[in-house]
Amino acid sequence: MSFFSMFDTAGSAMTAQRLRMNVTSSNLANADTVSSSTGETYRARQPVFEAVYRQEQAAAGGNGGAGIGEASTGVRVREIVESEAPLQQQYNPNHPMANEEGYIFKPNVNQMEEMANLISAQRSYESNLEVFNSAKQMYMRTLQMGR
Amino acid sequence: MAISVDDALGVHPQAMKLAHQRSQVIGANLANADTPNYKARDIDFEGAMRAELGRREGLSMTTTSEGHLAGSGGNPGELQYRVPHQPSIDGNTVEAAKEQTRFSENSMRYMASLQFVEGTFSTLNKAAGGQG
Repeated sequence: MSFFSMFDTAGSAMTAQRLRMNVTSSNLANADTVSSSTGETYRARQPVFEAVYRQEQAAAGGNGGAGIGEASTGVRVREIVESEAPLQQQYNPNHPMANEEGYIFKPNVNQMEEMANLISAQRSYESNLEVFNSAKQMYMRTLQMGR
Repeated sequence: MAISVDDALGVHPQAMKLAHQRSQVIGANLANADTPNYKARDIDFEGAMRAELGRREGLSMTTTSEGHLAGSGGNPGELQYRVPHQPSIDGNTVEAAKEQTRFSENSMRYMASLQFVEGTFSTLNKAAGGQG
């Protein structure tokens, strides 16, 4: 683990949380997008995170293979999944987007859930920013040692 | 009498090294606070410190025959898994608030050791006749 790797760790987490906020705001923005068929309707999206490990360190480590291994060095977004929740079908024959049977389809975005998600992402972002700042302070003080 | 810088600094360089490693581990925990199936890790600071100082207290096994191997209680500086108070449904064991507390505490340890090292340098500098 390099001396400054804490920046990478906190940075990767901030990037991931920013992406989560982007996806959430996209969900909220499209919460009222109406369409006339299930295929065209927007579906709520969620990023799936994954821990990043440095493999070369595990290979070089002298723990004899019995050790628990190394710490994670960050986080990345593995994929963005679409929600499987059912779409909202509404009977509204006067709607310009209504199909032949008079139905319109609304996205499966749960606005309360998305708001909670947004707040959670924001809190996680802030805590990683705090880690970044503490790390910076530690390194700066160490670099100034003996002056 | 020769002045030994190593003796003067005592345990603090090792303590700083350990605190730095631990801050990386806790930083990784905080980074993965929302990662499914991530298990929080930590270093046993006290145990690792004792091992660094060479005063490792033995959890050694009793040997009653010459063929027995002297086992040990594991490497104290090794990464260990944290036992969560309440595991979340996605398998993640990071408790963000507690990790934040530990991170701050660990930074303070680092800063305290750094302060001591700086103080020692300034003392040695004065003793050596510099302007210190």
